[in-house]
Amino acid sequence: MDFAFTEEHEELRQAVRRFLEKESSESAMRAAMETERGFEARVWDRLASEMALPGLAIPERYGGAGLGPVELAIVMEEMGRVLFCGPYLSTAVLAVAVLTTIADDAAQAELLPEIAAGRAIVTVATTDDNGRSAPEFPPVRAVRDGTGWRLDGVANFVPDGHSADVILVAGRDDDGVGIFRVDGGAPRLDRRLLPTLDLTRKLARLVLSGTPATRISAGDATAGLERVLALAVMALAAEQTGGAQRCLEMATDYARTRLQFGRPIGSFQAIKHKCADMLVEIEFARSAVYYAAFRAADRDEELLVAAHMAKSYCSEAYFHAAAETIQIHGGMGFTWEHPAHLYFKRAKASAILLGDAVEQRRKLAARLGI
Amino acid sequence: MAYREMSEEEIRTRVRALVEEAHPDRTDQFTFRGKQFDHGLAWVHFPEHLGGLGVSPKLQAVVADELRRHAKTLYDDMLINPIGIGMGAPTVLTHGTEWMKKNLLRRIFSGEDIWCQLFSEPGAGSDVAGLAMRAVRDGDSWVVNGQKVWTSLAHISKWGMLLARSNPDVPKHQGMSYFLLDMQSPGIEVRPLHQITGEAEFNEVFLADVRIPADRMIGAEGEGWKVAITTLMNERSAIGGGGVSRRGGGSMGILLDLWKARDPKRLSAEAETILRDRITRLWIDSELLRMTIQRARAAQKAGNPGPEGSVGKLALAELNKRIWECGMDVIGADALVYEAGYERRRPSGEGYGTKLSIAKYQFLRSRANSIEGGTSEVLRNILGERVLGLPGEPRADKDVPWRDVPRSS
Repeated sequence: MDFAFTEEHEELRQAVRRFLEKESSESAMRAAMETERGFEARVWDRLASEMALPGLAIPERYGGAGLGPVELAIVMEEMGRVLFCGPYLSTAVLAVAVLTTIADDAAQAELLPEIAAGRAIVTVATTDDNGRSAPEFPPVRAVRDGTGWRLDGVANFVPDGHSADVILVAGRDDDGVGIFRVDGGAPRLDRRLLPTLDLTRKLARLVLSGTPATRISAGDATAGLERVLALAVMALAAEQTGGAQRCLEMATDYARTRLQFGRPIGSFQAIKHKCADMLVEIEFARSAVYYAAFRAADRDEELLVAAHMAKSYCSEAYFHAAAETIQIHGGMGFTWEHPAHLYFKRAKASAILLGDAVEQRRKLAARLGI
Repeated sequence: MAYREMSEEEIRTRVRALVEEAHPDRTDQFTFRGKQFDHGLAWVHFPEHLGGLGVSPKLQAVVADELRRHAKTLYDDMLINPIGIGMGAPTVLTHGTEWMKKNLLRRIFSGEDIWCQLFSEPGAGSDVAGLAMRAVRDGDSWVVNGQKVWTSLAHISKWGMLLARSNPDVPKHQGMSYFLLDMQSPGIEVRPLHQITGEAEFNEVFLADVRIPADRMIGAEGEGWKVAITTLMNERSAIGGGGVSRRGGGSMGILLDLWKARDPKRLSAEAETILRDRITRLWIDSELLRMTIQRARAAQKAGNPGPEGSVGKLALAELNKRIWECGMDVIGADALVYEAGYERRRPSGEGYGTKLSIAKYQFLRSRANSIEGGTSEVLRNILGERVLGLPGEPRADKDVPWRDVPRSS
């Protein structure tokens, strides 16, 4: 079992942290979350031009950095720390994974350089109207129409689905499950921004009624999609771990300085022990994420086990950390002004997105034969 | 402490030389382990001539791996001399006299001398630094009186690590001294202490006018607490660092076996779904504990374990209790029966029979996991204060002479 980060990994982490401290300060993050798009185009441009982050996992021949899951996990962890508002999960994680894992060469050649350059926001729609995100049950039905395809169905809870330039939709046709490319401005595509619990990540409901599309994968993509979702779940778990760590820092900073009954509240065991439990859970969460990231890098079947494990554990650890952070801050933690509620909402929303902890454990148990 | 470089291959060559000289399958334990010590392969991070090679402790795994390739007989430190190896040796190495290092370490490792730890007292549990056992200087020796408790292996030990109060007139941490106690000394009485299972893994140890030669003190007079910290940190790391080395092993493996052997007629579909989720959660926690301990070990650069070791101990204790609680729920009505009985006896050391009876036994035994070697509450304090930097509690016993501090007896 290998967890060893290299010096380059550490440098990447520091560089991303420095960038985000400047570009995703609390006030910048709050401003971005109030916009309809959900992010500042200027920041996304710099993320591409200065940091090469949208194309982190894109092969160099398509203009990307040619890095992999371990680097993605590092970036997501850092973004989770500051509740970065931007289409990173949709574009740099989900869409890049779909394109590099499942899509044909033409689609890769067309879209990947655009993503790497920060010019295209691309998302992936795998979740149906009931919130189920399962490779074998894609949200839409596809029928052939001349040289192209027409899609029918509802894809819900699609990250950045209201604003993406391109949507990669999982759909079923006679060949099985395929990936279909739909342009954001396509006719007979109705996309509505959802009023989300978590303001820092925009989700949309897409109604497709004979929407024109191109099939960009050959044969049945169920297995490929399963790997893509496992990778995305790993990346979400990394984001959760970063958020949980930031919650612990806020809670302990406050507990060190907030005085009641003539002493710092952190000197009371009732508070101290909450913090210690958060610390232990975050250490476990890190183990889960790093294990999954390294297994993904190895292109190992074990990724599927590791991803379920990470999403199940990190979802609960993050929610627990965020909830305790509100409690430790007392009345202050309940205000709009304090960022604790933003973490609390992100924690619950990310726990549900792409399969909640109970669902992850159900799949894991089936895989392990428990 | 800076370790010197040595390749894995060099370690493997040295293990092969050892096995050629004394093969574990054809040599008795004392002889083989003595030779292993002489080859510097007992604890590779110790200095040369003291059972080590002065190299990174990570290379110890290479020794174990190479031994496994050559021999069927594998000695488990935790079975041979857990306290001597886990805590005695690092304490002697860090604070002991030259005489102690030369004369004690080899016999600790071989298992010829079993060690025990005499810290806890009826009035000093979590607050072990509040202990009351008195040591009074008399010529060339110290005269010791009082009672210790929860002393594993005292009835078969050659040496005890004894912490006693040599000066009651200063604050508690400053008035202790640490002694190497010959357990055969006159005036020592060891009585079995029966626990929740009826067995006596532990003892009460009574000392009445026991004389200890002055040169058996470890560390300086009044600095016993500093030495004790070394012992305690190694205890936590020995417990928390143990863990399980492979997936599906240990407690979790037994729980899974019980689950697979369940009677399908006993559980409704709904009950099965609930239990399955609980078991899967425990499976995940077990895996992550294993990985977390591994990460902590890799991060531990050198020397004695730091407060981070407390994460493993705390998590292991709490997880183990949950696993065995779940075990009873999987067993169901059969768990109303306790086949082993509560006969007052020493643990047999021959295992506990079937997985069913192991699970029932462990359901009881595991309650001690979060008490022994630092309660979970004390460990949370350590993590809160020493890792997260939270302030300590206001204390009633600070800067007060020990004799003026209120205490239970």
